[in-house]
Amino acid sequence: MGIENIALGFQIAFEPFNLFVAVVGLSLGIIIGVLPGLGGANGVAILLPLTFRMPPNSAIILLTSLYWGALFGGAITSVLFNIPGEPWSVATTFDGYPMARKGQGGAALTGAFTSSFVGAFFSTVLITLFAPLLADVALKFGPPEIFSIQFLTFSAFVGLGGGNPLKSLVSILLGFILAAVGLDIVTGQLRMTFGIAELMTGFDFIVAVIGLFGIGEILLSVEEGLSFKGVGTGMNLRVVLDTWKVLPRYWRTFIRGCFIGFWMGFKPGGATPASFMSYSFAKRFSKNPEKFGKGELEGVVAPETAAHAAGVAAMLPMITLGIPGSPTAAVMLGGLIIWGLQPGPMLFVEKPDFVWGLIASMYTGNIIGVLMVLAFVPFFAAILRIPFAILTPLIVVVCAIGSYAVHNNMIDVWYMLIFGVLGYVFKKLDYPLAPLVLALVLGDLAENALRQSLIMSQGSLTIFATRPIAGIITAVALFFFVLPVLTPWWRRLRGRPSRGGVTTHD
Amino acid sequence: MRAADLITAAVLMLLAGVVLFDAVRLGIGWGTDGPKSGFFPFWLATIMIATCAVIVLQALRRGSAAPFVTREQLAPVLKVLWPAAGMVAVTQFLGLYVASALYIGFYMRWVGRHSWLAVMALSLSIPLVTFLVFEKWLLVPLPKGPFEAWLGY
Repeated sequence: MGIENIALGFQIAFEPFNLFVAVVGLSLGIIIGVLPGLGGANGVAILLPLTFRMPPNSAIILLTSLYWGALFGGAITSVLFNIPGEPWSVATTFDGYPMARKGQGGAALTGAFTSSFVGAFFSTVLITLFAPLLADVALKFGPPEIFSIQFLTFSAFVGLGGGNPLKSLVSILLGFILAAVGLDIVTGQLRMTFGIAELMTGFDFIVAVIGLFGIGEILLSVEEGLSFKGVGTGMNLRVVLDTWKVLPRYWRTFIRGCFIGFWMGFKPGGATPASFMSYSFAKRFSKNPEKFGKGELEGVVAPETAAHAAGVAAMLPMITLGIPGSPTAAVMLGGLIIWGLQPGPMLFVEKPDFVWGLIASMYTGNIIGVLMVLAFVPFFAAILRIPFAILTPLIVVVCAIGSYAVHNNMIDVWYMLIFGVLGYVFKKLDYPLAPLVLALVLGDLAENALRQSLIMSQGSLTIFATRPIAGIITAVALFFFVLPVLTPWWRRLRGRPSRGGVTTHD
Repeated sequence: MRAADLITAAVLMLLAGVVLFDAVRLGIGWGTDGPKSGFFPFWLATIMIATCAVIVLQALRRGSAAPFVTREQLAPVLKVLWPAAGMVAVTQFLGLYVASALYIGFYMRWVGRHSWLAVMALSLSIPLVTFLVFEKWLLVPLPKGPFEAWLGY
């Protein structure tokens, strides 16, 4: 199950059909990343029903390629239109857009794509090295350890998510409650259906993601008043080569961004804070921090490296532990279950071709991706010149098709609308959406792990404290849960004024 | 913002109350084969009610007086929401292809004020392409109505 299987992985990734699938996924991903209102999680969710009949090896390559594409695409709108297509590209607008205004759009885009590639490549190498080791450890995990890790994932949202920790908690609980609706597979009883036949199948996470992130995002963006005022790309081979000559100067920023991104990324919701953190570090260590925000190439390099490193790192806990690090990874995890695969470390033993094909495709996908965006930027940027009155109904129709295709059921399209309104209200009131989606995907897995643990211990919760690994993880998780209470108290103790952190949710 | 915060928390508490009610019916204790069906939902709902109660207190104490949404902001939002809801309602009866044609056409003309030529061209070609891609190529059946039945599908 070790790293020697990477050769097998590359064999799979280089199969002509899989390369074709990667290109399709990347193209769709870049388009989705460029369009405001459609993001990686949402795009993967819409495409998921179409993969039900594909071989899982190709299906996962399609979905991950779409994810890489969305990461690349977010940079295009940030630089050229000052519209962050994704939350983690907000920091890219700070210097990317001023550069484009000064006529250096080509340099800014080249810098952004190259940094994205470097960050992604770094994280992929680390995943290649660490995934088998982590999976090896995770194989020894029983239900108590699995539940405590899931507990840790959600505690990280509460403790490290920023914003109001209570609202993060409510999002998590709501996700779990929605996941519990319908048939209880353990006892065979119907839960919370109140005799309504439509509720028997429960709420599908795909529909929730499309509604919350797709429709909700459109409602938010029209409220802010959309206006696309694009700047020309100014992209050609000479600009690319000239920028590449300059970039090695920022090697420190690259390395810092890679490590920040990877470290933040494998924890939930990491890409956005990672990009901001990398940006502020670059500014602090720069010789001329006053140039930041006015069009400094380093200010594009820093957030893009970190965001992409984090985006790729989010895959690590998904393939090794069965815990997704981001909403997009959560949707993919749901996909694994639908394709009949058991997410988690057993994949490395039972489906080495799947896991290593996926890891190898991260290399090929990112290499093809960076070449595609460098070559076809003007084409992708042209998408935003489509008038708003055409784009909006088109996105809504695509979302409706995606929701319907999950179960061929009209009720899901109605749910999508309701989730859209919920997403709009929640986003405005600062309830984070990512933990809700994660809880909805992990609901059954977490509940089963909890029940099995309690059966093992005859109903005593001490099982989560007395088993060594579970005990340590639970302790860390409890620490995260009390962190929001401790932090202001700690600051007061050290005589520092308490300050509100940057609220960052993806 | 405060009113919206309070209403949302109240609705969530109400929802948690409903869950609590059903969890008690299912049994929240220990069954013959481990925790009963209501065990997990019971605790979720209990923590939810407690958390929402604190959020209500927070909002009462230091909620901002800024409006949740201004009239100028709400108008464009509703302009997107109602046609979308209409499209879903029409899909229920006439199928997705007819509904999306009407929806795209209506939205382009009403919001975008595009020329009738552009409206006709796009509102007919987009559903047609959708049909070819999903029904023919990917073999994913989408909702159909009397019009498709008349055409023999």
